[in-house]
Amino acid sequence: MIRTRKRMISFFLLLILVVGSSLSLTGCHGQKGLDAFVIPEEFDTSREYEITFWAKNDTNKTQTAIYEQAIADFEELYPNITVNLRLYTDYGKIYNDVITNISTNTTPNVCITYPDHIATYLTGSNLVVPLEDLFVDEKYGLGGSEVLFDSPTKGEIIPQFLEECSFEGHYYALPYMRSTEACYINKTYVEALGYTLPETLTWDFIWEVSEAAMAQDAEGNFLVNGQKVLIPFIYKSTDNMMIQMLKQKDAGYSTDAGEILLFNDTTEEILYTIAEHAESEAFSTFKISSYPANFMNAGQCIFAIDSTAGATWMGTDAPLCDISEDKIVDFETVVMPIPQYDTENPQMISQGPSVCIFNKEDPQEVMASWLFTQYLLTNEVQIAYAETEGYVPVTSKAQESAEYQDYLSRSGEDNSTYYDVKIEATELLLDNIENTFVTPVFNGSTSLRNAAGQLIENTVKSARRDEDINDAYMEKLYEDIISLYRLDQFGGQGMAVSAEKVDLGELPKTSVVLLSTLGVAWVLIIIYVVFQTIKKKRNRQ
Amino acid sequence: MYNNLEVYQEIVLTIYSKDSEEERTMKKLTALLLTFALTFACVGCGSEAEEADVKSEGVMTYEEYVAADLETEVVIEAYVQAKQSWWEDKATVYAQDKDGAYFLYDMACSEEDYEKLEVGTKIKVTGYKAEWSGEVEIIDATFEIEEGSYIAEAEDVTSLLGSDELINHQNKFVSFKGMTVEAAGQDEAGNDVAFLYSWDGSGQEGDDLYFNASIDGTTYTFTVESYLCDSSTEVYNAVKNLSIGDTIDMEGFLYWYEGVNPHITSVTVK
Repeated sequence: MIRTRKRMISFFLLLILVVGSSLSLTGCHGQKGLDAFVIPEEFDTSREYEITFWAKNDTNKTQTAIYEQAIADFEELYPNITVNLRLYTDYGKIYNDVITNISTNTTPNVCITYPDHIATYLTGSNLVVPLEDLFVDEKYGLGGSEVLFDSPTKGEIIPQFLEECSFEGHYYALPYMRSTEACYINKTYVEALGYTLPETLTWDFIWEVSEAAMAQDAEGNFLVNGQKVLIPFIYKSTDNMMIQMLKQKDAGYSTDAGEILLFNDTTEEILYTIAEHAESEAFSTFKISSYPANFMNAGQCIFAIDSTAGATWMGTDAPLCDISEDKIVDFETVVMPIPQYDTENPQMISQGPSVCIFNKEDPQEVMASWLFTQYLLTNEVQIAYAETEGYVPVTSKAQESAEYQDYLSRSGEDNSTYYDVKIEATELLLDNIENTFVTPVFNGSTSLRNAAGQLIENTVKSARRDEDINDAYMEKLYEDIISLYRLDQFGGQGMAVSAEKVDLGELPKTSVVLLSTLGVAWVLIIIYVVFQTIKKKRNRQ
Repeated sequence: MYNNLEVYQEIVLTIYSKDSEEERTMKKLTALLLTFALTFACVGCGSEAEEADVKSEGVMTYEEYVAADLETEVVIEAYVQAKQSWWEDKATVYAQDKDGAYFLYDMACSEEDYEKLEVGTKIKVTGYKAEWSGEVEIIDATFEIEEGSYIAEAEDVTSLLGSDELINHQNKFVSFKGMTVEAAGQDEAGNDVAFLYSWDGSGQEGDDLYFNASIDGTTYTFTVESYLCDSSTEVYNAVKNLSIGDTIDMEGFLYWYEGVNPHITSVTVK
């Protein structure tokens, strides 16, 4: 069983090139983008439609089978609609491919994606279909009279999850699944080190136990596991790590309008703390070391923070595992919310796939896409998919169903469907929906997210390489990351780094020439008008 | 090889400078023949010349590279054996010298330079030694192209499968011979299949291919890494056409992920 390391691509460069050139071509040749989608009076069932659905799975065969089954069931209801499935295993690749396909008008019809990514897709004209009118369409809307399946009503979609799909004044997606991050803990080792897990996990507790775990014998074996390898604390997604730490500290990240606040003193303070524990090698990241689950299951990690949607890989009895059986160590796994700074006010990120619909010239084709998208929210799909990992269905209709409640109640019955770590991870989110948050969505928010993670990655690498982490280092790190992600160059909604005024420098020569020419032309026009007026007056006299 | 050529040139010039006009004409021909002969001799004796693959000043030998601690700066000279991918000015490359191999992960590289990295190209790489899931690699690296060329012969490591010795050949271009294709999994109908898209069959055309092959009663997993060899390549299609029970020879790179995970670049059914 192998999960390979594939690139997570930020693709902001490609984005600028593709979307930028696409828009400039539109300007040059007078071509118009797509017309805004208008809901047709009727869905024409006499016609055949072929739509493409780009979906993401977690390298999980069951998830693939669920998508295929959903398509088969949908096509049975709507024999005139054919859905072609294209599978991806990471969001970055979908994002990349969508951007590449924007310029050739070959975007998919329906696409699993993140709101951050949709904000970028919106750079094109009418590319993504706003869904609010479709939600409430009497015939074909959510729970509509002409819909051929038991679709949820708008009110049955968990409001918080639905709101995550709303930005720039429209709903551009429907939530599909939701997850958060969890801290998977080797409780056996925590207790062996003389600690007791607190009711609410704190960052201080994790750092302290992690450092305590670094004690070694004369041969270099770690005392807690008797092995030569131990990374007590590994974080899978360092962008989430930074975002959540800042949120918990009520520090700046970005404004809703896209102003960047990430590069602040609190961020620096966080990075110093991380550097300290990276230097002692008590802390590392997925990008630097590997999947937290691999280390955890081998007894080489005590605190592994990963998505609840990665729960099936965690623990001695995990149904999915990349390491050989002889390396797996016996230990008790506990699932807890991520560590907090303020235990009275826990905060954790809400994440998980959403579904958007790309606009097409034929509104009937868009209607076919909408019907399929809606189908993904039926109980059949929602419950089946949620059970594959530590996901939560996005509708109350599914969450409250007897079938789903039965699933939750059977935690630990086996190590596959009812794997206890997976169901505990699911319940973690169900119990904390009100404590979740999302970051503002704007054109460039994907780059900002990547930058947040890169600050940690760079700091950890530098600390492991015994570089000096001081004020000068931080200053250069900020400069490098701003430059790498072009955070000072994005257009969008006036995106600028910090609240300070940005010095844009001198105008380019071409601009100076153009402006001067315009100025001269205006002066000549005014002279001409004045001259003509005087001439007319003289003639009248 | 470059140094030897300079020596031959010097011999030829010495002969040419000491004789009369008539003799010079004869010697011209002789010199020309000698030059050709020596040049071809150099090419023919490539492997001998490789043994004299002396590292430039400040460059580590492979032995020194192996001995270097993780997270320390390393400087190596090696020859490109395969290019895996290029994204946003970062290239991932398999490189090798006569003593061992290197995996250069996300090395800083412009698209223009990536085109210059043909198989055999000599490069000097400066980066940090790192390990990811057992794969020892050089990260955060930069490189410069140097004079020289070397294409490694695939080293037969079939007999080393399952042994502790195999890891010493990590990242090398290797071959596995006379192995038997085993079932990689089952299709929806429960029938055994010879390969899977992605490790568990959750993928599609274009994704990595996984297949199993055995020797002496032990089965090993092999991968066609889709970035290294995409669905248009011969090997990708060869694996899709495998049948359980086929006897095959394979070549590829000895990648590591929580154990050996060879990235296969060619398959021949015997």
